[in-house]
Amino acid sequence: MSHDKSSPDFLYHHFYDVNQQYETSKLGMWAFILTEVLTFGGLFVAYTIYRAWNPEMFFNANLLLDVNKGLINTIVLIASSLTMALAIWAIQLNKRKLSLLMLFLTFVCALGFLGIKYLEYEHKFHLGQLPGEYYSYMGPEVVQEIHDQEKINHYIETNNIFFDKETNRLYTMNNPHIFFGIYFIMTGLHGLHVAIGMGLIAWLMVLTARGKLHARYYTHMEAVGIFWHLVDLIWIFLFPLFYLIG
Amino acid sequence: MGDTNQNYLTHPKGIMSWLLTLDHKRIGLMYLFGGLFFFFVGGLLALGMRAELAAPGNDFVSNDTYNSMYTLHGAIMIFLFIIPAIPGALGNILLPLMLGAKDVAFPRLNLFSFYLYSIGAIFFIYVLLSGGVDTGWTFYTPYSTTSNTNVMSTTMGIFIIGFSSILTGLNFIATVHKMRTPGLTWYKLPLFVWALYGTSLVQITATPVIAITMVLLMLERLLGIGIFDPAMGGDPVLFQHFFWFYSHPAVYIMILPAFGIISEIIPVHSRKKVWGYKFIAYSTLSIAFIGFLVWGHHMFTSGQSVLSQIVFSFITYFVGIPTGVKIFSWMLTMYKGQVSFTPPMLYALSFLFLFTIGGLTGIFLGAVALDIHLHDTYFVVAHFHYVMQGGTIVAFLGGLHHWWPKSFGTMYNQTIANIAAIGVFIAFNGTFFPQFLLGLRGMPRRYATYDPQFVEVHSYSTFWSGILGISIFIGVMNLLWSLRKSNKLDPGTNPWGALTMEWTHTSSPPHPHNFEEEPVLTHGPYDYDKVIVKPTFKK
Amino acid sequence: MDRLTEYLFPKQVSSFAHDIDNLFFFIFYASVVLFLIVVIGMMYLAIKYRFKKGDEVRLTSSLDHNTFLEVLFFVIPLILVTITFVWGIRSYLNMVIVPDDAIEIKVTGQSWFWTFDYPEGGSTLNELVVPVETPIKIVLSSTDVLHSFYIPVMRAKMDVLPNRYNVMWFDANQAGEYEIFCTEYCGTGHSNMNAKVIVMPQKMYEVWLAEAGSADDDLPLEELGAKLYSKKACNTCHTLDGTALVGPSYLQTSQMWGQERVFDDGSSAIIDENYVRSSILEPQIQIVAGYQGVMPTYQGLLNDRELDALIAFLKTLKEDSQI
Repeated sequence: MSHDKSSPDFLYHHFYDVNQQYETSKLGMWAFILTEVLTFGGLFVAYTIYRAWNPEMFFNANLLLDVNKGLINTIVLIASSLTMALAIWAIQLNKRKLSLLMLFLTFVCALGFLGIKYLEYEHKFHLGQLPGEYYSYMGPEVVQEIHDQEKINHYIETNNIFFDKETNRLYTMNNPHIFFGIYFIMTGLHGLHVAIGMGLIAWLMVLTARGKLHARYYTHMEAVGIFWHLVDLIWIFLFPLFYLIG
Repeated sequence: MGDTNQNYLTHPKGIMSWLLTLDHKRIGLMYLFGGLFFFFVGGLLALGMRAELAAPGNDFVSNDTYNSMYTLHGAIMIFLFIIPAIPGALGNILLPLMLGAKDVAFPRLNLFSFYLYSIGAIFFIYVLLSGGVDTGWTFYTPYSTTSNTNVMSTTMGIFIIGFSSILTGLNFIATVHKMRTPGLTWYKLPLFVWALYGTSLVQITATPVIAITMVLLMLERLLGIGIFDPAMGGDPVLFQHFFWFYSHPAVYIMILPAFGIISEIIPVHSRKKVWGYKFIAYSTLSIAFIGFLVWGHHMFTSGQSVLSQIVFSFITYFVGIPTGVKIFSWMLTMYKGQVSFTPPMLYALSFLFLFTIGGLTGIFLGAVALDIHLHDTYFVVAHFHYVMQGGTIVAFLGGLHHWWPKSFGTMYNQTIANIAAIGVFIAFNGTFFPQFLLGLRGMPRRYATYDPQFVEVHSYSTFWSGILGISIFIGVMNLLWSLRKSNKLDPGTNPWGALTMEWTHTSSPPHPHNFEEEPVLTHGPYDYDKVIVKPTFKK
Repeated sequence: MDRLTEYLFPKQVSSFAHDIDNLFFFIFYASVVLFLIVVIGMMYLAIKYRFKKGDEVRLTSSLDHNTFLEVLFFVIPLILVTITFVWGIRSYLNMVIVPDDAIEIKVTGQSWFWTFDYPEGGSTLNELVVPVETPIKIVLSSTDVLHSFYIPVMRAKMDVLPNRYNVMWFDANQAGEYEIFCTEYCGTGHSNMNAKVIVMPQKMYEVWLAEAGSADDDLPLEELGAKLYSKKACNTCHTLDGTALVGPSYLQTSQMWGQERVFDDGSSAIIDENYVRSSILEPQIQIVAGYQGVMPTYQGLLNDRELDALIAFLKTLKEDSQI
């Protein structure tokens, strides 16, 4: 095309130079991040509104979530953000093998995150702590799982909950299915992002292994890196909002 | 690169070279013909509705059919024609040319957007053929969660087209920021570029919200998550907030590009520097921003708090003022110019007339007390048709006539085009002006049958709608007829004597890579006080 | 009321209608002035500076701004919209602050008819009866989807929601019979979901309240049925001339009296008094093939005599299909 022969093979024909191409891609990625933020923003608004309307229910339903699994997942994701950043740092220094290793670690962390998420979901499916019409969970697990008598008393004192001694069941709050509806939509959408991120990281590993990415050209990795940090950041908001209410 | 006769229409050849093209101009043309097809479908639905409304009873179609027709008319016109038409078609063809760039920033993404649009369109065609959908394009819950028509496919179509719109916006933002030719600073950009830029900002920030709203609606139907279902502790009015948080900015996605077109046509055809360049540029951005804060004025009768009513009414007027000043700027651009009554100029003048009515009637609706009476009546129907059709579609037709010789290298019959433009203008007023009267008298919208007291005005409106349909049809057919083989212009033609880069720096139709050599900027887009470019019109 | 108001608007019946129409005229005249400035200015400039045959293409003026004009274009609309805004809000507050002595009437929207419950007990369908010159507070709710309650002559409108009560009020200053429309799209019968508001002099209203429900006692069954047919909103969905709307026509049912009718689950039944009675009271149990089961139950809305009357009316249709 119009470039002279010295122009590198990774430069697309419609750009003047490498720098323009890099800057353009990065700007495009940031614009995409803005879109993502707005997408989740809509859901955060829904969360805020329903929590404002049903503070008791949110508090009670949040106790049904497994804080430990959530915490482990938070740590795993933060670690993966670090390895992602290291992968970019390594490729900037042309250390391809190190970069590949870091990408691999990121991939493993992501897989671990989804694995733990699967265990959490599986448990909830089993108990019937599901969104909307499918919600069927009525109780005794709460009593069994939370041995803190004070907490149980607290439930019973609140208006929305009562303990039926005959069935030994703790009947739950007003519309907890809404909490789980929002929980599954938000964490599900986030999980989908993690899965897409894994696909992208795998693709980066292939590109790096084939030597397509190097110190002069690592735009793809930079872009995926920005995306991955966003995924991490969203989880850092989701974790306290769902697991640590109260 | 050599051969000067090479142009993007004929080179490269073959159907695959079109389907897999990365050329923004070809993608723009595909959007154009897709959009025109759906304009035709939506128009037929509109004529069907008017036929039903010619008389009070169910004389032509049943209630259900009518409900389906008006829903699909709205959804198709908005999502498949108006939103993609100007940015997708004209924007794609022109943006890189106006910037002196070889292509948009991400050509593959651009093609991908077009295919997303096509997939969304297939969903709509499926809905059209499988009995329709009857919720209104607003999909208000709980009706939309209980209706047994094809809500799922329609919302899925909108969801997919939403992504197409987001990706186009993203592409344009990167293009405007990074792909300008050296020396083309922000204040030397043609105003159409500013308009596309403002539109793109709204597209990437508002559209994700409608996407997620559509997902929630689908989940509500599929899984009964109960977020909008009052029986399960949800709130149907929340849906309206979500919906209008997108759909009010979407109004600006639809109208801002039209402002851009008018800001190009009037200076060129008046051969005069545009009035208040910076003001038009900034007001585009401020309208885009304020547009996010006024969604509540669609809900003045929903029972929201008195404070919200006051705040939303107040902010609504702040969108009105910059728009008003723009109208004066366009008008004053003609002062001391050389005004030619060409087809694009006739469309631009009729835009000024119609859009002024559309804008002023918005003032009536922004006053809360009056809106209570006019809400969901034909007054609203007339108002948004004056804005959307009298504004956007008239501007789109004007832009199409303006850039037709550029895109295809052919000139249409200008006399017929002028007659069609005048026909559109008269018939449009004949169709929609009486609807203001219907609304004032209390005729609710979305009625398949109505009280006999309204019959006179309704049948009058129906009569003119037929003329309107014929006028638009003649206008578009006149353009298409110019594509016949014997009708080629000289590639150097600049029929309006325009100064923007797409006219001065490349041939008509343009070279496959836009410019044969790197374009060097020699003058601003509206320097009619410094440069003379004589209109040339050679076969 | 001058003639222009009469031409543009329905009657002004509520106490705030006049004020709202005046607000309209204020915006209207201001808009006409602004509109004329734009259109006359545009036509003047376009014609004055038109490019005539034989004119040279030349450089044109570089004039592209005028601070004075721009400030003017900004300030004048700003003043006008400020007045509009304040006026709009002030009038609106009149429309939301309900007087303390208002009579409260409960309005329930349901696809596709309105039920009105009066404070003294008693209820009507699709016919709101109110006394003249008395503030009426309307409390709205829906049993299914969204509706919107609109009385054009009162300039009053409010959405009807399933999960919360909305309130509006008006007081009528002239007796008469006026239209009520549903203005929030609610499905097939949306355009047929209209009702009447009957404004009566105070004395008549009291008499009406006392007699409500009992006045029909001496009517023969067929006549009572014919009256109920429109009064209880049967006519929204069932015609008398054989055409099918949302539900089957009464004429068809009448003509098929004694014959078998097939339902959407494949079962069937003979059309007789019991069938008609149960399809009024429990419409969801047997749904005629080809129709959607959307009819609400009339349990509690019709007493036994009224049911008998409707059945008697329905049976007369086949002999007298002229109606």
